[in-house]
Amino acid sequence: MDAAAGAAAPNYLRAGKGLASWLTTTDHKRIGILYLIAILVFFLFAVCLGLMIRLELFSPGEQFVGNQGYNRILTLHGITMIFLFIIPSVPAVFGNFFLPIQIGANDVSFPRLNLASWYFYIGGGLFALGSVILGGVDTGWTFYIPYSADTADNVYLPILAAFILGWSSILTGLNFIVTVHRLRVPSMPWFRMPLFVWALYATSWIQILATPVVGITLLLILLERFLGIGIFDPAKEGDPVLYQHLFWIYSHPAVYIMVLPAMGIVSEIVPVFCRKTIFGYKFIAISSLAIAGIGSLVWGHHMFTSGMADLERIVFSLLTFLVAIPSGVKVFNWLATMYKGSIRLATPFLYALAFIFLFSVGGFTGLLQGALSTDIHIHDTSFIVAHFHYTMFGGGGVMFFGALHYWFPKMFGRTYCESVARWAFALFFVGFNCLYFPLFLAGLAGMPRRYADYLPEYLVYHRISSIGSWILVAGIVLMLANLLRALFKGERAGRDPWGGATLEWTVPSPPPTHQFAAPPVVTRGPYEYARERASG
Amino acid sequence: MADGGTTSTDLHGAAGAAHAGGYDPMAAKMGMWLFLFTEVLLFGALFIVYGVYLHGFTWQFQQGSARLSIPVGAVNTAILLTSSLTMALAIAALQRARPARARRLLFATVGCAGAFLVIKAFEWAGKFAHGVYPGAAFLLEQSKGEIVFFGLYFTMTGLHALHVLVGVPVILWAGRRIRSGAISPEHSVFLENAGLYWHLVDLIWIYLFPLFYLIS
Amino acid sequence: MNAPAQEGHLVPCSVYVWVWAALLCLTAVTVSAKYADLQHLAIFAALLIATVKAGLVVLYFMHVRFEKPIFAVMILVLLATYGIYIGLTFVDYANR
Repeated sequence: MDAAAGAAAPNYLRAGKGLASWLTTTDHKRIGILYLIAILVFFLFAVCLGLMIRLELFSPGEQFVGNQGYNRILTLHGITMIFLFIIPSVPAVFGNFFLPIQIGANDVSFPRLNLASWYFYIGGGLFALGSVILGGVDTGWTFYIPYSADTADNVYLPILAAFILGWSSILTGLNFIVTVHRLRVPSMPWFRMPLFVWALYATSWIQILATPVVGITLLLILLERFLGIGIFDPAKEGDPVLYQHLFWIYSHPAVYIMVLPAMGIVSEIVPVFCRKTIFGYKFIAISSLAIAGIGSLVWGHHMFTSGMADLERIVFSLLTFLVAIPSGVKVFNWLATMYKGSIRLATPFLYALAFIFLFSVGGFTGLLQGALSTDIHIHDTSFIVAHFHYTMFGGGGVMFFGALHYWFPKMFGRTYCESVARWAFALFFVGFNCLYFPLFLAGLAGMPRRYADYLPEYLVYHRISSIGSWILVAGIVLMLANLLRALFKGERAGRDPWGGATLEWTVPSPPPTHQFAAPPVVTRGPYEYARERASG
Repeated sequence: MADGGTTSTDLHGAAGAAHAGGYDPMAAKMGMWLFLFTEVLLFGALFIVYGVYLHGFTWQFQQGSARLSIPVGAVNTAILLTSSLTMALAIAALQRARPARARRLLFATVGCAGAFLVIKAFEWAGKFAHGVYPGAAFLLEQSKGEIVFFGLYFTMTGLHALHVLVGVPVILWAGRRIRSGAISPEHSVFLENAGLYWHLVDLIWIYLFPLFYLIS
Repeated sequence: MNAPAQEGHLVPCSVYVWVWAALLCLTAVTVSAKYADLQHLAIFAALLIATVKAGLVVLYFMHVRFEKPIFAVMILVLLATYGIYIGLTFVDYANR
């Protein structure tokens, strides 16, 4: 079973030596690793910023960064987490690595473009970091106009960063769509594709169809600042609400860019660790497309208090409830898959369970905000902050780590220490709820978001939350340390440590550069274990 | 669906063909179309902005439009349409294995692009001379809707002109690759994709022309 | 590897010339329609003519008529999405 001994071809990690062989690689697996390293660096950077936010809020009154410093840290935390971590995380790392393997291909359709999009990503990241050196930005990650056109801070760099990162995201999506259409092995029709591939396919369409809108909108801010074209300037009868429309036309679907791939990973993990064929394969596959479609219909629920027409608010409120349906379809199908399954509570499965729980909390509290009347009450409170951390971090973020634990043996050919991974997960899960749940309660009690200071009656919520942030960070550090140790000292992993049935488990761990010498022949669905794997 | 079937076999026939730069014109074309989708939406967002303000400032937009010269706009439209024709004919000539003719037609396309840009430059210069540009004192005295109209006019025609400008080296490069044999009747997808890009630039102008010049 | 490069048949050059002529004629029509007194309909007439022109460009110059149907399907997805963006934005602005 030892991959290194069994396979004649060197694995992708050893295919070339030196930094240059990595920086010029067009191997989708190596590009996935490049993304993994870069994304983790930016993630840890943003975690530090998040810790600073929680430290500032540990007690009422200004602590150590002050109001303006707080605004800038908050903005940078948002920009980094959203544009540099969650949006690219799962597609760029695990999509790049596993999408071609899962459809039996040796690479994506445009390998050089794939590398180019990594360089776009790095370029965008450097622009974002550059804005720190120039003193930071205080607009919030949404760059709401007219403030973003007026502020004395340098908004050029972060806006250009977002624009460049948008192109990185578009090129990845473009690559995936063409790859799925053109490089799928002939023996794999659409409805034999793994659900992760379905989720990435749907995500890629959102990336193509929504990202350009925000790209041009951000450029309009720059034109407004440079030339005063007046398109969004109220003094020239421009309409700032129009900016919000265009911004959310992208940025709402963007939350599905964050969470759809995560749902795809849950759909991979749940059947593997329950030893059962997934329940309702077609419904899960179609619901991914449905989420992508309906997700483009609901952006206005971010703007209920912005002065839209009443009819528009009602329409968007109604449409917002619709998007809960395909998400519900998925959750019920996962639960039905677990029912009477032979469940193994390994770490990846724990993360999948955490996803289902946390995302459900996030989803249900989302319905509260989708309802017009309750949203007026909780708008711009820390309730919203709690909600989107539950959906994004509890969704996309948790499954990024879930996927890391699920595919780690395949990617690096080593296994990690299971008991440490579980302890890290426990800290992560407890810390997460401790950090974000009090914010729901504080928000309901009226705690506004984006303030460095608060009244003493909110003290208890903020104290618990700040302590939770330390537990969460301890969990993350323990988890990463465990994986880092496994990288060098872990036991060798076989081809198929979990007993998965998708194509990536048929190639050696780690895979050679050309994983398929001949196109594999797929004779069954991706989750049909029963027949030939009875022995495990 | 059937489209994945045949060519995938072809690609996997040669080991790792995709990695070795296997030639799949359908994939390249599909990628190009998806890229064009992003261009459509880039401009599409601006057209939404235009629509919203036309709805709010109908009268002011008509006034702004009256400051633009219809003949100039119409001539530029005809030039771009003609350049699209020469582009399509260039691809047709290459497919009929007449590379010299294809290159001549590509040069004609570039000539049209140059003429379009020169006319556009004179048009903008004329506007600047009359004090019609973002932030100009004269324009700021006009009705508010007109400021927005010209803000959009310069943004959208400017972005469009930028796309024309980018198209020129792409087409010239295609011409060079025809001469070197890198583009041949069997390997024509680079030229076809350049053509798709060029037609899209034309297509956007087809909407820009009536919306800016013909609403007075 | 020897997939047919041009996906089937060649389009006669005369087709392109006819499409070009039609596009020029439609440009003339849209300019002259401006001088007809159409009032509120003018903008819709202009958009209609522009869309016919765009259709000609997409179907013939951009070859969608001769490509596999998947391209047309993708274009319809694009148009539907863009239609949603326009539609839902105008539910707001038409009801302010």
